[in-house]
Amino acid sequence: MKRRHFIQKSTAATVLASVGGLGLQSFSPAKTKKITILHTNDVHSHIDPFGPEDGRNANKGGVARRASLIESIRQENPNTLLLDAGDIFQGTPYFNYYGGELEFKLMSMLKYDVATIGNHDFDNGIDGLYAQIPHAKFEFVSANYDFSNTVMDTHVNPYKIIVRDGIKIGIFGLGIQLDGLVNKDMYKETVYHDPIEIAQDMSRILKEEQSCDLVICLSHIGYYYKNNPDKVSDINVARATKDIDLIIGGHTHTFLPKPTIEKNSIGKNVLVNQVGCFGLYLGKVDFYFESGKGVSAEGASIIV
Amino acid sequence: MTIKHILKLCLLLLIFSCASTHISKIEGKRIDINDSLATSQTIEDFISPYRTHINKNMDSIISYAPKTYSKMDGDLNTAIGNLMADAVFSESNPVFNKRTQKNIDFTLLNHGGIRSIISKGDVTIRSAFGVMPFENSVVVVAIKGTQVNEMMEYLSKAKRAHPISHQLQLTLDKNSAVSSAKVHGEPIDVNRTYYIATNDYLYNGGDGMTFFRPNEGKYVLNYKIRDVLIDNFKKKDTLNPKIDQRFIKLED
Repeated sequence: MKRRHFIQKSTAATVLASVGGLGLQSFSPAKTKKITILHTNDVHSHIDPFGPEDGRNANKGGVARRASLIESIRQENPNTLLLDAGDIFQGTPYFNYYGGELEFKLMSMLKYDVATIGNHDFDNGIDGLYAQIPHAKFEFVSANYDFSNTVMDTHVNPYKIIVRDGIKIGIFGLGIQLDGLVNKDMYKETVYHDPIEIAQDMSRILKEEQSCDLVICLSHIGYYYKNNPDKVSDINVARATKDIDLIIGGHTHTFLPKPTIEKNSIGKNVLVNQVGCFGLYLGKVDFYFESGKGVSAEGASIIV
Repeated sequence: MTIKHILKLCLLLLIFSCASTHISKIEGKRIDINDSLATSQTIEDFISPYRTHINKNMDSIISYAPKTYSKMDGDLNTAIGNLMADAVFSESNPVFNKRTQKNIDFTLLNHGGIRSIISKGDVTIRSAFGVMPFENSVVVVAIKGTQVNEMMEYLSKAKRAHPISHQLQLTLDKNSAVSSAKVHGEPIDVNRTYYIATNDYLYNGGDGMTFFRPNEGKYVLNYKIRDVLIDNFKKKDTLNPKIDQRFIKLED
């Protein structure tokens, strides 16, 4: 109770400060809107929590706990989106026995909104992924995988636009190069395109053509490859694009204690986040919006 | 028009005049999922029947191991590796033969692909999952004798107990060069086509195994290595694999 009280108070203070600032500049009123983005990546079929004997992750993780946490966050802010950055499949017998059915059903019960596709999601072949689609009440986005000559055609869109509290949120997906990582018999005629060019295209479409207020890249290309810094990664996508506000990543199982702030191609801030793997953590990024004339986004303060 | 209406109109005008929305603040953090959080009973109840079924099935006993078998026990061949390679041969050959009227010559797997020990005592489906947690499956590749010789060179240089089935006998001299390589007791014929059972990981060049390409044919059996092991173990009351002479190095 005390904690909630504190949160309310601090939010009120922020609103007051913003109104004051705007009042001097533009004499127009401002209403603060808050969009909460929750995210997971590389859960790898980890449905049950790790046991007390586990050497590394004892008593951590578990979908039933994640569910109650997400529920309490949604009660605090109904304008919450829940996203997953791929590699939903493979890692426990739940996948071996049920082929991903339980993973998708649980994600639907947790009300995931959008997910992208990781390399392990092809582990039972593209047909194995397709077979589980009826269990998913959320949508898949991937802008750089062309599925037109596969069974997944029409089941994956380049991006998804969601409007919450009048805020238009554009989410596009990026997948990793499959050749050399996944057997061709598994991904079949899925065509991979360069994530950088696609991300430049997508951010332009979402920001300029679709006038999104918030642009999110849901990526499974990996955070950053220290020993191969030119390899396409979330950090490199952040640097080479503009108009992306947040990159939610996966694949490299990178445990970031807090989101990384990177500069984009025009020197603006982009947040890059990834929460390790196996459902050990939930990422949470809150975006506060002000409506006001002639005020640019450059003033956004980032608290991480 | 009342004062109320005027106020409403003003508000509307204001909203339209300041349509641009911008991000003023961003807060980011990560939240631990641990035992301090409540468990959603709805979710728990939904998972429960799946978990019960898996555990019941995983713990069902399919064979018995009189000893503990580890891939670390043995020099160039191990009991557990021999068990796996022979299982892949004997379970896959009937499937391959039925489809092609041909026979597999021998099996090659990789030492790194043995992911766990088989512990002394009851062998369960869980044991097979431990040894082979991945979805890799059997691929039969038709290659020329010259490439089989390349494979022998590879094995001599790798100096690892990559599992081979007993139809192949590979002997290295004291300098680890190939001393003799025989399939079904016959020297390798460079002009003959051999049918090698392996897994899709190695077929795709895993562990630096480049000798499967080019090839004269590739047969995907849609048979997971783990299922091979389960089917094979079920047929045996007791697993009794041994280190033998199939892949050895001469000492003098």
